Amino acid sequence: MWFWLSLGWRSCLCAWADGKGNMGKQSIIETKDLVKAYGKFIAVDKLNLSVDEGEIFGFLGPNGAGKTTTILMLLGLTEPTSGKARICGFDPTREPLKVKRITGYLPEKVGFYEDLTAKENLDYTAALNSIPTEVASRKIDELLDMVGLSEMAKHKVGTFSHGMKQRLGIADVMIKDPKVAFFDEPTAGIDPEGIEQVLTLITNMAKQKVTIVLSSHQLQQVQKICTRVGILAKGHLVAEGSVDKLGREAIGGGKFRIKIQLSKQTGKLVKSIKNIKGVTNVESSGDLLLISCDKDLRPQIARTVVDSGSLLIQMKIEEYGLDDIYMKYFREQ
Amino acid sequence: MSGMMAVFWKELADHFNSKRFIILSILIYLASIFTIYVAAQNIRSGITETTQFIFLRFFTISGESQLFTFLFFLSFFIPIVGIALGFDAINSERASGNLSRLLSQPLYRDSVINGKFLAGLITLAILVTSTVLLVAGMGLRVIGVPPTADEILRLVAFIIVSIIYGAFWMSLSVLFSVLFNRIATAALASIALWIFLFLFVPIIAQVVAGANGEIAGAISRISPGVLYGEVTQVLLIPSHPTMFMISMYYTGLEPNPLPLSQSLLIAWPQLTSLIGLTALCFAISYIKFMREEIRST
Repeated sequence: MWFWLSLGWRSCLCAWADGKGNMGKQSIIETKDLVKAYGKFIAVDKLNLSVDEGEIFGFLGPNGAGKTTTILMLLGLTEPTSGKARICGFDPTREPLKVKRITGYLPEKVGFYEDLTAKENLDYTAALNSIPTEVASRKIDELLDMVGLSEMAKHKVGTFSHGMKQRLGIADVMIKDPKVAFFDEPTAGIDPEGIEQVLTLITNMAKQKVTIVLSSHQLQQVQKICTRVGILAKGHLVAEGSVDKLGREAIGGGKFRIKIQLSKQTGKLVKSIKNIKGVTNVESSGDLLLISCDKDLRPQIARTVVDSGSLLIQMKIEEYGLDDIYMKYFREQ
Repeated sequence: MSGMMAVFWKELADHFNSKRFIILSILIYLASIFTIYVAAQNIRSGITETTQFIFLRFFTISGESQLFTFLFFLSFFIPIVGIALGFDAINSERASGNLSRLLSQPLYRDSVINGKFLAGLITLAILVTSTVLLVAGMGLRVIGVPPTADEILRLVAFIIVSIIYGAFWMSLSVLFSVLFNRIATAALASIALWIFLFLFVPIIAQVVAGANGEIAGAISRISPGVLYGEVTQVLLIPSHPTMFMISMYYTGLEPNPLPLSQSLLIAWPQLTSLIGLTALCFAISYIKFMREEIRST
């Protein structure tokens, strides 16, 4: 009796939550003041994070910053010391099975049963997810084809290279059609071609509406595919946002930086550039001028230069690499 | 539940495909055949018209030495099989990087350890039962005396006790596989403990207790092997004086064989101790595994 009552109540609640979700963009992953302490050592300190549906969120930070710990807490594999985490509204600690049904996880040092073939390994994952055999078999063939391992399906995983195992890991994550996929250092230790394949596969997953969280310290690759990044240091989220925005905040002090090269430089020209509304600083270094401004003022600057009679050889808005941002944050630490 | 069954079927398949299992079963079958051969040579001596339980004698007699009986071989091999089935249950998953992948699937953590234990138990049961049946079948062919109903029941009880004994060693080695992250450490610790209990505890008991047989017996019962030996002797040698019937032994009379229920009653403390030890080891590994941190590195 109570069981049915509570069940009815739950489904009501779910319907309500769904209705609410449809109204606006829903955060798939949300953490509030999430803390994980191992004795006195605090691995993750009051982490507040929110990832929207379909995003590729890059989780950056040096080794031991708490990236893996955070992922494990989100998956319900480790219990948080305090604070809360939600995945699609489910609490990973209280409802681990519901969370695990919709999340895929590729650990950093992914392992497979070496004595089993690629297909047998995926069969096992499918069985653990209670996927009927016929459905699983068809799906596994498709997935192995997708990750380019269909020829290796009947080979033992023990003979696979590291890159192949990573690709098999992606197929393994995809079997259960996850809503959220966590990749812990998916590109560590594989060759450039392998990295390219892995990143393409991850990008394709995101196109199928899978929300992706990617932890890495290989910045260039993360920069290429992530829609948003968060930088984690000693358990704190020190910065968060798109790569461009972070770059401006970290290095330009929130400003746009424009570099121009002129045929000849005059004091008068420098002055008139300074007078453009929004320009905050002009520095000259050799035949280059470095202009800081509040927004992208390239058209106005170009006109000022041309009006002054000088010739514009080149003009470039400075783009920030994740490397610069990253180094900047960690030099400050 | 479905998660546990998935783990169970996979582990069962793994056990039967593993070289370790194949080598062990060949070894055990060969040893059994050898003991039957020796027993067949000697079974006719000492049998009179009134001898009962002729069929069971196959399992308990050998040549002059009385050492290489089937019973002895089994009590020697069962711990090895139990250890072989359990010592890498959890730590190999961890070492190979499968554990975090496995636990991120929608199954409860206890399903993993339950499924593995159950698969080991079934493997053990199949091995023990087939060995006993092999011996029984060959015995039937050699002497041509069919077993009585009582003997069959006693054999079934013997098989069950042997499986419980194996389960003890398996749960002990599963415990070590949870406690020690290195597979080799877990294997060596299990084997060291086995050697200690099998060889040294009886010796220590002798030394400590001196001539006092009762105290020596009590101390040596620390070893599950001794418990197992006592239970199986009561079961398989119903008409033979055992250490519980020392007083009868000295009267010089051949005691009447006990009915099965009485034999079980005598062996009951030993049997429950064995089951208790098995449950204890399993419970500790269960609790430890449930609380463990799962790190991929």
